[in-house]
Formats: sequence, C-alpha cells, structure tokens
Amino acid sequence: MKIKVHLFARAKDLAGQPEVEIDVPVGARVVDLKKALGSRIPALSSLLERCAVAVNNEFAGEDASLSPSAEVALLPPVSGG
Amino acid sequence: MAEVTLSPQEVARYSRHLIMPEVGMDGQKKLKASSILLIGAGGLGSPLALYLAAAGVGRLGLVDFDVVDFSNLQRQVLHHTEDVGRPKLQSAKERIQSINPEVRVDLYETRLTSANAFDILRPYDIVIDGTDNFPTRYLVNDACVLLKKPNVYGSIFRFDGQASVFHPPAGPCYRCLYPEPPPPGEVPSCAEGGVLGILPGLVGCIQATEAVKLILGNGAPLIGRLLLYDALRMSFQEFKVRRNPRCPMCGDNPTIKQLIDYEQFCGVRGQETALAATSEEITVEELQQLARSGNNVFILDVRNPEEYQICRIPGSVLLPLPQLPQRFGELDKNKEMVVHCKSGMRSAKAIQFLKQQGFTKLKNLKGGILAWADKIDRTMAKY
Repeated sequence: MKIKVHLFARAKDLAGQPEVEIDVPVGARVVDLKKALGSRIPALSSLLERCAVAVNNEFAGEDASLSPSAEVALLPPVSGG
Repeated sequence: MAEVTLSPQEVARYSRHLIMPEVGMDGQKKLKASSILLIGAGGLGSPLALYLAAAGVGRLGLVDFDVVDFSNLQRQVLHHTEDVGRPKLQSAKERIQSINPEVRVDLYETRLTSANAFDILRPYDIVIDGTDNFPTRYLVNDACVLLKKPNVYGSIFRFDGQASVFHPPAGPCYRCLYPEPPPPGEVPSCAEGGVLGILPGLVGCIQATEAVKLILGNGAPLIGRLLLYDALRMSFQEFKVRRNPRCPMCGDNPTIKQLIDYEQFCGVRGQETALAATSEEITVEELQQLARSGNNVFILDVRNPEEYQICRIPGSVLLPLPQLPQRFGELDKNKEMVVHCKSGMRSAKAIQFLKQQGFTKLKNLKGGILAWADKIDRTMAKY
C-alpha cells in the first residue's frame, strides 16, 4: 500500500521535498514505514529515529499500525528560539 | 487575590480587557497577581516580554546571559540598534518598563543550569520556554515537571514553528513527544539554518496567548496538542499528543527524579573539539602565506550557495557539504586541499567524509571564513 508522508522542518530540507509517497506492505507499522523512508531517502536516516510520527493527526508509537488511507506526518525536533 | 486592586490609571490602561466578559476586573486582577518566567530574551522572548508586559502580568522574570548582536535585530524586536553590545536583559528591562511601569521585572543574567533551575523557576506560576538549544529545552521541561509548573513551549526553524503547553498529568511533557534529543549537529539552530525574522513574532504571540489563558482559566489551552505553523504555506496544523505512560519523566513510573547533565544528554559537550581533532588544521595566516608563495593550493568551500553569495575567500571553489557525497569525484585527490566553512565544523565533517573516500592531502581552515574576515580581510562582510 502507498502511504503519503508529510515532512516538516529539517526533514523537509533534508529530503528536498515537502511530501513523499512510500510503498509498504499491508499491515505495516510506523517502525516499518520509518525503515522504508530511510532506504528511500538516505539523507533522512540519521534523523529518523528521533522524529515524532503522527498518524491521522495524532502522535503514534513505533508499533502503531497503518491503514492504506493513513495520513502520516514526520516531525523532527526543532530547537530555535 | 483580595489584596490586588487596580488604580484608576490601570483601569484606563486595561480598559479594552476590562470590558470583555472573558477578562473583566477579576481576570485583570488575576493577571496582575500572576508571575511568569521567560527563559530566553531572544526571538521568542521579544514578543513574549512586550505583550505580557502590556497585558498587565504583575511579575516577569527573564533568564538570559547574551549580549545584543547585529544579527539579532532582524527578529529580536525587544532590542534596538543602539543596544548592540549591551546585555540583552538591560534593553529588555528598559523596553518592558517603558511599555508598562506597573510590571515588576526580575533579571537572571546567567545560563540556566541544573544547579540553579529550581531556585530560578520556583517563584513563578508559569514558565515559558523560548530558548534556542536542546539541552536547555530538556532542562526546562524536566524542572517544570518536577516542580509541577506549566511549560508553555515554542520553537522555530526557518519558516516552521511549533507551540504547545506541557502540563502533566493533564497532558504530556516534552519528553512524551521527543524522548531523546536528535544526534548533535543534525538539527541546525537559527544561527546555522537561518530563520524568517517574523516567525518568532507569531510563535511568541501564540505562547503569550496561551500563558494569559492559563492565568485567566479561560478557553481551551494547547495542553495535549502540538500546533504547527508553516509560514511558507501559511497553514496551521494541529496534532494530538497523549501523555506517554512509559515516559521517564511524567509517566506512571518515572525513572528521572532529579535534574541531570543536559549537555551530556544531548551529546553537545566536547563534540566540536573531538571532530576538529580528527583533521589537520591550517591557520588563515598560513593559508595566506601559502597562496602568496605561489603554491598551487586548492581552497574548497563547503558552505551553502547563499553563504557563498555573502562573502568568499579569493580563489575558493564552492561545493556544499550536502552535495559532497554525489560530487566528490569532481575533486583531485593528488592536490593539496584546504577545506573551509563558516567556522570549522562543516569543513571538519567534509574532511572526515573525504578521508573515507581516499583523500589524504587535506587541511581544515581553523576558524573558517570568520577567522579570515577577522585577521586577513577586515573589509569582508561577516554573518
């Protein structure tokens, strides 16, 4: 199934695009999506582990499962002030 | 509350608040009786201090140890051009008192640390996080959780802003969202990545609004919600955040019961020296000598194209660090190469990478182009 991932802040810069579509097997969880994202966009790999992931506008743990219609957002920490 | 009164001048000053049922005389007295601590008097701290003072918050504490720099003026509207070189807290106090002399201002001209955080935070009702680095953000979070104080959070990056209110157990804390900091150097600061000057104005005003709502006890606070603002798309998005029962700080069985060493936690300490030690260095004076002696030295600039437009060392060739993995084949392994960036960190990373690709004749320019501007070409623009 194809999942659309919205990228924010530093993740958007590293990927060079605000969103990316990732193909993952049916029944995939957040952790699988992160792995697939890392191999698709290697520039993201070192930041991925520390990014928060929201599924359908709610923060989700690594074990949360994804449905084909899931709206996913990848939110890296931001420190500026 | 009984002892708080408003003078006729104060009634006139706050009249636009007083005629609204959501504030009224009771709410304005609550504001006057309240105390708020601002961590940081920079980009976020500027609108926070100005608006909270104007709104009639009785006591404002400010923590900052910085001096006003020209590069602050693009967004830190609390400080004016004539303040460059002065401690930020001095200009901050003057501006606050000029806006509203009724406000009591407490200044803490120090770095917030694990040793002083409890003493500084304890007297205040609300803490507002307007810092610019991860170690202080985790410190503010942990101190607020341990002291059971609401932490009004905001942070900014380029055109993106975040805001929330952390107040366990009503909602999550910062660690529920980000249990661990990013690897050092992975998330640039405003100084490294840049920031739209207006952005902290908007995010700081969101934080100020949340603080005032908390004091009034009115409206729906951002507890349990992370608000994201994208200035380029001009869009707001909201994400629900739950308290993590396994959070080491605010979970059901917390494992962190006191403040820790946050520089170490964030891997910040010693990182620059460790990286710099991996490459041989050359000073700007030595580079100038080398270039003058007719030596065919290749100067590689690994900064971004935007930085190259501001200033450059004569004869240098630009190849931005992010493009190095794809483009290092364009470089000649047999040539002596001096690598530089703004101050020496990115060039050290570039050298680390190039060594792995078999390059050997590499030197890192100590202090980067900033050192060149300081010691060789004093007409060069610094940024």
